[in-house]
Amino acid sequence: MAEKRILLKRVGKMTDPASVEEYEALGGFASIKKAVQMEKEEILQQVDDAMLRGRGGAAYPAGRKWNHLYYNDTWPKFIVCNADEGEPGTFKDKVLLSKDPLAIIEGMLIAGYLFGSHEGFIYIRGEYHEIQQVFLKAIENATKAGYLGEKILGIEGFDYTITMVSGAGAYVCGENSALLNSVEGKTGRPRIKPPHLADVGLFKKPTLVNNVESFACIPVIMEMGGLAFREIGTEDGGGTKLVCLSGHVKNRGVYEVPLGTPLQEILYSEELGGGLSTGRPLGFIHFGGQSGPLGFPEKMEGMLYSYQDLWDHGLAIGSGAIVVMDDSVNVVDYLENVMGFFVHESCGKCTPCRLGTLRLRELLQRFQKGYAKAEDMQRLESMLTHITNLSACGLGQSVSVSVKSGLGNRRQVFEAMMG
Amino acid sequence: MNEKTGNTIKLTIDGRSCEVERGTKLMQACESLGIELPTLCYLKGVAPDGSCRMCVVEVEGGRKGGLPTACTEECAEGMVVHTRSERVVEARRFVLDLLLSNHVQTCFSCARNGSCKLQDYCLEYGVEKSSYPVGKHPHLGLADDSNPFYEFNPEKCIMCRRCARTCAELQGREVLSISQRGAQTFVSPAYDLPRGEEASRCESCGNCVSNCPTGALSSKDQKKHYRAYEVSKTRTTCPHCAVGCQFDLLVKNGRVVGVDPADGPTNGGLLCVKGKFGSYKFIHASDRLKKPLIKREGKFEEASWDEALDLVAEKLSLIKKEHGADAIAGFSCSRSPNEDNYLFQKMMRAAVGTNNVDNCARV
Repeated sequence: MAEKRILLKRVGKMTDPASVEEYEALGGFASIKKAVQMEKEEILQQVDDAMLRGRGGAAYPAGRKWNHLYYNDTWPKFIVCNADEGEPGTFKDKVLLSKDPLAIIEGMLIAGYLFGSHEGFIYIRGEYHEIQQVFLKAIENATKAGYLGEKILGIEGFDYTITMVSGAGAYVCGENSALLNSVEGKTGRPRIKPPHLADVGLFKKPTLVNNVESFACIPVIMEMGGLAFREIGTEDGGGTKLVCLSGHVKNRGVYEVPLGTPLQEILYSEELGGGLSTGRPLGFIHFGGQSGPLGFPEKMEGMLYSYQDLWDHGLAIGSGAIVVMDDSVNVVDYLENVMGFFVHESCGKCTPCRLGTLRLRELLQRFQKGYAKAEDMQRLESMLTHITNLSACGLGQSVSVSVKSGLGNRRQVFEAMMG
Repeated sequence: MNEKTGNTIKLTIDGRSCEVERGTKLMQACESLGIELPTLCYLKGVAPDGSCRMCVVEVEGGRKGGLPTACTEECAEGMVVHTRSERVVEARRFVLDLLLSNHVQTCFSCARNGSCKLQDYCLEYGVEKSSYPVGKHPHLGLADDSNPFYEFNPEKCIMCRRCARTCAELQGREVLSISQRGAQTFVSPAYDLPRGEEASRCESCGNCVSNCPTGALSSKDQKKHYRAYEVSKTRTTCPHCAVGCQFDLLVKNGRVVGVDPADGPTNGGLLCVKGKFGSYKFIHASDRLKKPLIKREGKFEEASWDEALDLVAEKLSLIKKEHGADAIAGFSCSRSPNEDNYLFQKMMRAAVGTNNVDNCARV
C-alpha cells in the first residue's frame, strides 16, 4: 500500500484551483448531480455506510451527526465548515482549501441539499489570508456557474449560498461552539453543552459543523458509494486520511493514505515519510496535534494507522498530525513546549484551564531546571487528572493527554531530571 | 426526549431521593433538598457561566470523569449524585489552590475581609495558602480607583466574570467586558477607560461591587469605615424614588455606614447609584436640617414646629385669598413614603383647593 489519492486526486492537476471548468473536467460537481437524483434518506444512508469519522480530530461518526440534524424539524438549518486549522503539526486542510476548494464547496452543497439549508458558512483561520482569497474566488466562480445561488441545477427551492468568515487567530475557535459564537460576531468562547449543536447551533438554529476534510469526503462518498468508501479504510473508520508528516522525518508534507496502512510504512516507505531525517532512531511520535498523545516505538510495533488500532494502543488519529521526534529529543523539554502552546491558547474562561495550564508549565520547568522533588512528581500526576476532569471544554480536557502519555511511558526521564 | 418518563425525573443526591422537573439543573435540585453548593461564579437569574468549577459534584458513572458542574448539568433519570465525596472535595481544593496562587493575600487591609467567598471557601476546605509558592502572577487589568464610590483591585480578581455579567445581563449597561485570553484575561471597560470617566458609560450603580465574591471590586466607604462582621443589618425600603427597592442598612455603633441590596420584589438584588451609594450618608451629615428654620431679616433662625407650621398656614391662606387657590403649587419629595405623598396631595386638593401638585420622583 502506498498513497491512495481520492481526496487529493485533483490537487496539482489544475492550473487554477478555483476554476469551475477545470474542476468539472476532472469529475467535479458530478456528485451533487448524482445526489439530487437520490432520495434524501439514501444520501444519509451512504454517509452512514461510509463510516466517515470527523476529520477535525474528535473522530465522531459523521453519519450519526447527520442523522441527528436530519431528524430535527426546526427550520432554518445551517451548514458550517470548520476551516480553523490551528492544531500545530496539522496542515492538511490548507492543501484542500488552496488546491481544491470546489470539492469542499460541493461537499457543503450536498449537505445543504440534504438538510434543506439555504445558508452555509466557512470559517477559515485568519493566518490563511491568501487561501481565503482563493476560496472567495471559488465561491464567486461557483455562483457564476449556477452551483451556488438560487434554483441550483434548476431545482425549485434549492437555494444555497456560502459565506466566508475569517478567524482572528484563536485556537479555541476550532472548538465548534466557540467557532459558532465567533461567526455570530461574539467573542469566540466555547458554549456550555448540551444542547447539541445539531439542536441549538448557529443563531440558535440546528447546525451542522464539519471539518474541511470531512466535507471533501462527501462528494467522494456520493461518487463511489458509502460501502466502497468504507472498504478503502477499515470497519471502524472508512476512507483515506490525510496525514501531515513533520519533525525529524525526511519527506515532510501531506500524504493521503488508506486508513489501516501500517504506521511503519507511513514513516519509512520512500514514497511516504522516507525514514528519519537525522538518521537517528525514533524517539517518539506526537499524534493528532498538541492535544493528542505521544506514541513510543516499543508500544507501536506492528500498529496500523486506523482509528481503532490507535485507540487500542492508547493513541488517537486526531487531526492527522504525525510529528516525528528522534531519540535526541528530551520528552520533558518537548512537553514543556506543548504546554506553552496551551498557556497561550487557553481562552481563560474556566479556572482549571486558565491557571492550571500555567502552573503545569511551571511545574514542567521545575523538572527542566532540576528543582523538582518527589512531591512534584505526585503533584504533576494529580494536576493532570484534575485539569482533565474539571475543564469546561475539549481544549482543557485534552491539555493533559500528551503529558500523561509521556509520563506513563518515560517516567524515568522525568525522574532523572529531579533534583 | 423520552416521552415515557414524563416530565419529572427521579434522582438520588447524597443518599436522599429527589424528584424534579425535567430540565432542572443539579444545582437547583440540590437547593430543593437544602444542600448549598459552593460557587464563585453562579449568579441567580443569569445563565450559568460554569467558569469557576467550584460547584462540581460527583455523578456515578457520569461523563467527564463524573465530575460535572452542578450549575450546568441537567438532572437525569436515576442519577446518583454525591456533593461532598472525597473526589469532589479534592477537586474543589484544586480549584481554590489555583485561584489563591494568583490572588494577593492582603486580607487584613481588604474591605471584604470577613465577607469574601474565596476566603470562606479556603477556610472551609482547608486551603490555608497556595501550594504554588513561586510562579507567574498574570496581571488582571489595571488598578482603578477613579470611580468616586468604588475601586477595582486586579490582584484580587478571580475572573468569575460576575461583574461583567451583572453589568451586561442584569443592569443592561455592558460597560465591562472580558479582554485578552488565557491567564492574561481581565475585565475592563472598553479601551481600558477608567471606570470613573463618563466615556466608560459606568453609571456607578455598584451592582458589580455587590456581586463581586472577593475584594476585587469594593466600596470605598466599606474599605474606610466597616467590615461585614462589625455591622448589623436592618431591612428597609430605599428612601429615594417610588420603585421601592429593598435593601439592608448596615449599622455600626449606632451609625448607618452602608447598604447591601436585598432580594426585594421590585429590585431582585439590584440597586441604582442613589440606593447603593447615596442613601445613607445624609443620615449623619453635620449640616442636615433637624429643626424648622424661619428666615427673619435675611437670616435663618431655628423655630419650633408650631411656629413654622402656623407661619406656612398663614401665608398659604393669604395667597389663596388674594390670588386664588391655583396660585399655589405643591411639590412633594420622593423620599417621603407613599402614605405621606397621598396625604400631601389630599391636603393640596381638599384644604388648599388646587390640582397643582406633583412629586419629584416623576421628573
